[in-house]
Amino acid sequence: MTTSRAEQPVARYDIAVLGAGPAGLSAAVAAAAQGSRTVLIDAGARPGGQYWRHRDGDDGARHHGWSQFRRLQRESAAHHLLDHRFGHSIWHVERTEEGFTTHTTCDDAPRALRSRTVIVATGAYDRQLPFPGWTIPGVFTAGAVQALLKGQGVPAGKRIAVAGTGPFLLPVATGLAEAGATVVGVFEAGLPTAFARHPLAALRSLPKLAEGAGYLSTLRKHRVPYRTRTTVIAAHGTDAVTGATVARLDDRWRIVPGSARQIDCDTVAVGYGFTPQTEIPLQLGCEMARDADGSLVARVDSRQRGTADGVYVAGEACGVGGSQLAVIEGELAGLHASYATNGSLVDRRRLTRLLRRRAAQRSFAAAMHQAYPVPDGWQSWLDEDTTVCRCEEVTAGTVRRAVSDLGATDPRAVKLYARPGMGLCQGRVCGYATACLVARANGRQPTADDLRGMAARPVAQPLTLGALAAGGDDNSL
Amino acid sequence: MTQSTSRPDVLVIGAGIVGAACAYYCTAVGLRVVVVDRGGIGGGTTSACEGNILVSDKEPGPELDLALLSSRLWQEIGEDLGRSAIEYEAKGGVVVAGSRETAEGLRQLTAGQRTTGVDAVDIGADELFELEPNVTREAAGGAFYAQDAQVQPTLAAAQLLRRARLRGATVHVGTGVTGFVRDRRGAVTGVRTDSADVPVLHARWVVNAAGTWAGQLSELAGAPVPVLPRKGFILVTEPLPRVVRHKVYTAEYVANVASGDAGLETSVVVEGTRAGTVLIGASRERVGFDRSMSLPVLRRLAAQAIGLFPFLADISLLRCYLGFRPYCPDHLPVIGPDPRAPGLLHACGHEGAGIGLAAATGRLLAQHLSGDKPDLDLTPFRPDRFEEATP
Ligand SMILES: Cc1cc2nc3c(=O)[nH]c(=O)nc-3n(C[C@H](O)[C@H](O)[C@H](O)COP(=O)(O)OP(=O)(O)OC[C@H]3O[C@@H](n4cnc5c(N)ncnc54)[C@H](O)[C@@H]3O)c2cc1C
Ligand SMILES: Cc1cc2nc3c(=O)[nH]c(=O)nc-3n(C[C@H](O)[C@H](O)[C@H](O)COP(=O)(O)OP(=O)(O)OC[C@H]3O[C@@H](n4cnc5c(N)ncnc54)[C@H](O)[C@@H]3O)c2cc1C
Repeated sequence: MTTSRAEQPVARYDIAVLGAGPAGLSAAVAAAAQGSRTVLIDAGARPGGQYWRHRDGDDGARHHGWSQFRRLQRESAAHHLLDHRFGHSIWHVERTEEGFTTHTTCDDAPRALRSRTVIVATGAYDRQLPFPGWTIPGVFTAGAVQALLKGQGVPAGKRIAVAGTGPFLLPVATGLAEAGATVVGVFEAGLPTAFARHPLAALRSLPKLAEGAGYLSTLRKHRVPYRTRTTVIAAHGTDAVTGATVARLDDRWRIVPGSARQIDCDTVAVGYGFTPQTEIPLQLGCEMARDADGSLVARVDSRQRGTADGVYVAGEACGVGGSQLAVIEGELAGLHASYATNGSLVDRRRLTRLLRRRAAQRSFAAAMHQAYPVPDGWQSWLDEDTTVCRCEEVTAGTVRRAVSDLGATDPRAVKLYARPGMGLCQGRVCGYATACLVARANGRQPTADDLRGMAARPVAQPLTLGALAAGGDDNSL
Repeated sequence: MTQSTSRPDVLVIGAGIVGAACAYYCTAVGLRVVVVDRGGIGGGTTSACEGNILVSDKEPGPELDLALLSSRLWQEIGEDLGRSAIEYEAKGGVVVAGSRETAEGLRQLTAGQRTTGVDAVDIGADELFELEPNVTREAAGGAFYAQDAQVQPTLAAAQLLRRARLRGATVHVGTGVTGFVRDRRGAVTGVRTDSADVPVLHARWVVNAAGTWAGQLSELAGAPVPVLPRKGFILVTEPLPRVVRHKVYTAEYVANVASGDAGLETSVVVEGTRAGTVLIGASRERVGFDRSMSLPVLRRLAAQAIGLFPFLADISLLRCYLGFRPYCPDHLPVIGPDPRAPGLLHACGHEGAGIGLAAATGRLLAQHLSGDKPDLDLTPFRPDRFEEATP
């Protein structure tokens, strides 16, 4: 039997926006305003993503750019061409003849949404580095501490050390201090004075710098010490954190001999930058690159197009650069994807303005990556028996022996011989660290291929076998 | 010693499980070995399979003879390298018959297998539920195979090569073979590679152990063997306590393994691993080297696995992967010297049983090269058999 053309399923949406953080929200609003039938999908219960994570009835007091969020949220809720799917966890995006089918589960029921194009705006999560004691309960990522505060209004502990690198440590520490926790110190492993010397960044992003200065003065008000070239190199305790060791670092992040000292704390919040969530671009065969901050990102052109047909990428998934950049990239992606699906014209001046702002934000991001590098000296903080992969309990020694004894030449081989990244989190936590350890054990820098070996996940989110077996393509509700 | 400068005895193309086993056995009899692979160690199909060492899924014939020999040799390797170093587990296989008719067919198979030395025991439903408490209560009975075992295949390849290196072998990874060197009389005397470090490698014998790509290499050598890809998917669940105790599959599996059908076939195989994850394999499809995900295939595997173990419906899928089994039209591997190209030997085309059959393959080649009488007659596996078959 042959099906006539008319009977073939047509894409229900012009555009599916995957992720409702700053990038996705802005993309969906722009696309719907251009007349595209759009669906905005997110695993979370409400829009906002990492940056605008909030509670019901939240007044936005702890949020930057809250009015911008309210505007986007209002516009997205009101537009008749824009549908929402919250609580939908995307596990696979499939290319079809007519475009794409996005497979999700909602309360473990399988769902499929068809669209002609997709805009991937899946964001990023904290990049973690292993160190002795990092798996003790009470050691959190900076992002988890922030999420707890923004989402539930609770500080993660009473006496908290904030450590790692990058400007994001500041809002986390200030938020904690303002919420009544004792922040025993902000330990910045880098020496970000280089940033102030970057002329472009200073000129074009004054508001952002002012934001940073504001954080510092809040920290001073709460008498929170801020130390550079210093970090937490070990956490102590068995069932809970009872303290930590802090040490000074040289410019390659090796410990300065004799500088280690104990601090008293019950919680450690650590963040070493961000890891973009790139499962979906990888599933769709997009070309990837290693960005200035060492992360794997999807390559995009000036219109936010990935290298695979019909795939747009916006926000952290194509490069870590903060929420303002994410909003701009989202809008651009929404406009261009709309033009590609329904030919709706865009005001030239609007495009020019967006491009100019994107360039400014990107140079700011590049300057930040330059100011907060992650040199590989952190590897010297690890003992042979320091856990690297917590799901599979793989130690640094085991990873190194997979190279020296078994001849592994890349992270994928180490994963296959020694299992880091094979457990519940599928390498989301240890992928970056494993790639760096393996590359260095092979006497080289990590490459995009190394990172890809730990980042490719055909199943982006777990789903039950029952949901998989029950799934079909005809349940697009 | 001048070992490194003089010509090695054996050059093995491919550092998969088969190439690794060849290097392991050849160095054991004192041959000097070089291994080349365009990728890393065990990164080919060896990294995309389940690692079962099976006798249960084979009907009496040359492949079963090879499997029985291999099953013994894998035990020896387990003793030599340490069972835990390669995650060798003699877990045993359970075949489940869904109906009385299937159970009857299975009994005929086991009777035949027993005559060749397979330890196959027919079991009723009660014994089945004792062996596998979580299996579907719809089952009518089945068979238990004590010899079925499992290794972690990539780790096993790496450990076999590690031992070979300790015995003097050299391994060049990231080195692709691009052509063969032949002398004036047409004998193969080495290979050309894409690596400037070792543009040419000479050896007394060259072994084609390039897995699913062995057909392409054989063409380069002017001595073609028809090795083709048969795609398969495997699902991996979240880690669980020991809920699946053996390697468990449906009786229909044996029919599928032996089938030459090009269409999609799925007959599910379920097993636990040492890490706690449950592996669910495997589909069989002839679609060339197409790496794309196929959701209908995954759905079918999931549904069949739930049919066998109903509790799996509530268990999470963590990931899935796919590979290309190297198969020959007559479903037998190619093992031995190629009369069309003196100096060239093949060790390829093991289809869905390359892990299991690798040990025997390596051993037989080493015996042949060192002038010993091979444990098994190589005739059924000879490389030029396909030319005879086509007029
Ligand atoms: C602790 C912390 C502090 C920060 N502080 C600042 C700051 O002070 N200033 C600043 O400019 N930036 C800050 N950022 C960065 C800022 O949050 C990001 O730049 C911004 O959120 C990126 O927007 P996005 O839309 O790309 O991604 P996100 O906001 O991460 O949104 C991605 C969305 O996609 C959804 N998603 C992802 N994968 C799936 C899936 N498979 N299925 C369904 N949904 C999925 C997620 O649920 C999420 O809602 C901070 C980030 C963190 C973690
Ligand atoms: C889904 C699935 C499940 C399976 N389950 C099982 C199982 O349970 N038990 C079992 O026994 N078998 C199983 N198999 C089959 C098994 O995986 C293969 O038979 C076996 O891995 C083949 O090993 P090999 O060494 O011949 O090939 P490979 O592992 O593919 O090694 C060949 C090597 O040759 C290299 N190579 C190729 N071309 C060149 C070149 N030009 N130059 C240099 N190097 C080159 C490749 O890089 C590769 O590393 C399964 C297969 C699949 C797909």
